Amino acid sequence: MEIKWYIGLALALFCTGIVGVLTRRNSIIIFMCIELMLNSVNLLLVAFSKMHAASPVAQSLPNVASDAQIFVFFIMVVAAAEVSVGLAIIVMMYRNIHSVDINFLNRLKN
Amino acid sequence: MVWLIPVLPLLGFLLNGLGRKKVSKGLAGIIGSGTVFLSFLISVYVFLSVKGGNTYVAHYFDFIKTDLLKIGFDFQVDQLSSVFLLIITGVGFLIHVYSTAYMHDEEPKDFAKYFAYLNLFVFSMLLLVMGANYVIMFIGWEGVGLCSYLLIGYWFKNSSYNVAAKKAFIMNRIGDLGFLLAVFWLVAKAGSVDFHQVFAGVSKLSTTDITGITLLLFVGAMGKSAQIPLYTWLPDAMAGPTPVSALIHAATMVTAGIYMIARSNILYTMAPVSQTVVAVVGLATAILAATIALKQNDIKKVLAYSTVSQLGYMFLALGVGAYTGAVFHVMTHAFFKALLFLGAGSVIHAMSGEQDIRNMGGLKKYMSVTHLTFLLGCLAIAGMPPFSGFFSKDEILAAAYAKNPVLWGIGVLGAVMTAFYMFRLYAMTFTGKFRGTHEQEHHLHESPKAITIPLIILAILSVVGGLVGIPEVFMHGGHRLEAFLAPVFAQSNAVAAKHHLSHSQEYMLMGISVAAALVALLYAWNKFSQYQKTDKEETGLGKVLENKWYVDELYDSIIVKPVLAIGKYFNNVVEKKGIDGFVNGIGKAVNYSSRQIRLLQSGQVGAYVLMMVLGILILFIVQLFL
Repeated sequence: MEIKWYIGLALALFCTGIVGVLTRRNSIIIFMCIELMLNSVNLLLVAFSKMHAASPVAQSLPNVASDAQIFVFFIMVVAAAEVSVGLAIIVMMYRNIHSVDINFLNRLKN
Repeated sequence: MVWLIPVLPLLGFLLNGLGRKKVSKGLAGIIGSGTVFLSFLISVYVFLSVKGGNTYVAHYFDFIKTDLLKIGFDFQVDQLSSVFLLIITGVGFLIHVYSTAYMHDEEPKDFAKYFAYLNLFVFSMLLLVMGANYVIMFIGWEGVGLCSYLLIGYWFKNSSYNVAAKKAFIMNRIGDLGFLLAVFWLVAKAGSVDFHQVFAGVSKLSTTDITGITLLLFVGAMGKSAQIPLYTWLPDAMAGPTPVSALIHAATMVTAGIYMIARSNILYTMAPVSQTVVAVVGLATAILAATIALKQNDIKKVLAYSTVSQLGYMFLALGVGAYTGAVFHVMTHAFFKALLFLGAGSVIHAMSGEQDIRNMGGLKKYMSVTHLTFLLGCLAIAGMPPFSGFFSKDEILAAAYAKNPVLWGIGVLGAVMTAFYMFRLYAMTFTGKFRGTHEQEHHLHESPKAITIPLIILAILSVVGGLVGIPEVFMHGGHRLEAFLAPVFAQSNAVAAKHHLSHSQEYMLMGISVAAALVALLYAWNKFSQYQKTDKEETGLGKVLENKWYVDELYDSIIVKPVLAIGKYFNNVVEKKGIDGFVNGIGKAVNYSSRQIRLLQSGQVGAYVLMMVLGILILFIVQLFL
C-alpha cells in the first residue's frame, strides 16, 4: 500500500483530534481527542518506518526496520501510564466540582 | 630631620582633634603652640644650614609612580622655602600663643578644635612651601583652602559666617582648577612636575605652552591670594576669629600665590605676556582694594582690603620681575599685617566684640601697648622710613619704575591711599574721644600678656624687619635677602634684562613716595582724630566706595543669579519633565501595556488551545510556504 494512504489516515485522525479538543467542553472527550492525536502520530511513525525499511540504504544498516516498530510500543506504554494519570485528575476534578466541564476550571484559585 | 617640621603640627592636629573632648584648655594651647614652636626651632636650624649652603631635595617615597610619570613625595630645602618656613612657623607660633588668650571664652571642646584646625593649617602650609614638585604643593594648596574654610566658619552657628566660609572655599576652588589644569599641562608638555626638572627643561617648552601654563598657575594664585577678579572672598573671610585672619588671611595662606610664582619664576620670566598680566592684575587689585579700604568702617574690613591691596603690590613685583622684592614684601607684610590684625583683635577683645571704628576712639588712654604697637604697624605699612614696609615697598616701586614709569605712578597713588586709610583707621580707633557706650567704656582694659607679648615681638620685627633688605643706594651689600635668595632666582636673572636705576633716580623715587605718603598720613591723622559720629549718608563716590564698588552685587547679578536660575530651570523643568518624565513614562507604558495584555490570560483552556493551534498553523505556513 502506498504511503499516502497512511498519511491521509493519520491526518484525518489528527484533525479530528484537534477539532475535538477545540470544540468540546467535556474533559473526558477532550482527553480522548488528545489520545487520538497521539495515536495518529504513532501511526505515522510506524508507516514511515516501514517505508524507509524498504529503501536500499536501510538494508545495509542493522535494526533500522525494527527500531521504530519497537519504539512505538514504548510510546504506547508511556501513553497508557499518562492516561491513568489523566483519568485520575479527571476523577478528582469530578469529585471537587461535580462536573467535568473544563470551562468551570478557568480560575486557579478556589 | 626636615620632615619633622610639617609632621609636628600634624601631630598637634591629631592630638587636639582626636582628644578634643579630653584635653583641657591649657593643654590644648600647649599642644597647639608647642608643636609649632618646635617646628620653628627646627626651621631656624634648617635656615642656618641652608645659609651655610646646604640646599637639597629630600626624597621620602614615591607618591605616584607610572611608566611615564614619577612623582615623589619630596621636600625642597632651599633659600626660598626656608624663608617661608621661618615666616610660617615664627608668625604662626606667635599667633598660636595669642589665640590662647583671645579664644579663652570658648568651650574646652571648641578650644581644642580651634587649635586642631590651626595646626592642620600650619601643616598644610608647610607642605605647600616644602613640596619639591607641583603635586605636593597642590596637596598643601588644597589643605590650606580647607583649613581656611573650617576656620572662617569656626563659629558655624552663625549662618552668615557659614556663607562667608563657603564663598571663600568656592572662590578658591575656581583658582584651584586653574592650578590643576596648569599641572596637567606641565605633565603633558614637560613630562614632569618636579621643580628641578621643569625648570631645567624650560628652554624645550614653546612660548605658547609656557604662557598658557603660567597664566593658569596665575589663576590659581588669583584665587588663593585674592586678586581681581577672585578677591571678594577675603574681606568676607573676616568672619573668622581675628587670629585666624592674622595667620591665614594676612601672613601666610594668601601669600601662597606669591610663593608659587616666585618658585616658578623662570617660567614667568620666559613668558613676558604672563608677566604683564600678573603686573597689571596686581596693580589693579592694589588700587581697587585701596580705594575700597578708604571708606570701610569695620576695623577688620579695612585691614582685609589693605591685605588685598598689599598682595596686589606683591604681584606687581612678580610681574615686573622683582622676585626678591615680592618675597621681601611677603616677609615684612607678614610681620606688620599680622601685628595689625592682632592689634585689631586686641581692640575688639577690649571692646567686647565691637568692630565698628565709628564707635571707638580714644583707646590710646586705655590700651597703651596695643596702641603703640598698632601705631608702629601703621607706620610700617604706610612705608615710612626706616620701618620695614618702606624698604620692601620701595623696592617694588623702584622695580616698577624701571619697567614702566606708569606702573610706578599708579603704585605710588596706591601707597598714598594706604597711608591715608591706615591712619584714618588709627586715628578713629585710638585718638579723639571715646564714642562707644558707657558699658563698653567701663569694660575697656589692656589685653593680657599672651596677647601683648606677641604684639611687642611683631612690632619689633615690623620695625627692624626691613633691615635685611637695605637698598644698594644706602649701603653697599645691604640687601642681604637678595644675596641670600639669589640662587633661587639665578636662572631668571640670567635671562631677564636688568634695568638699573641711577642713585639719584632712586633717591627721587623714594623721596616722592615717602613725601606723598607722609602728606596723606598727616592729613588723615588730622582729619579723623576729632571724628564725630554723623548720621549723614555717604553720597556719590563715597557711597560707591563704601559699598565696595558694588562688586559683590555685580558678581551676584552676573554669575550667582544666572547660575541659580539655570539650576532652578534644570531642577523644575529638565529634572521633573525631562528625566522624571522619561523614567516615569517607561513605568507607565509597561504598566498600561501589561494591563491590556493581561486580558489574554482568561483562564479558558479552550482559548489557550485555540491560540496554540493557530500558532502552530502560522509556523507551518511560514515554514512550508514562505
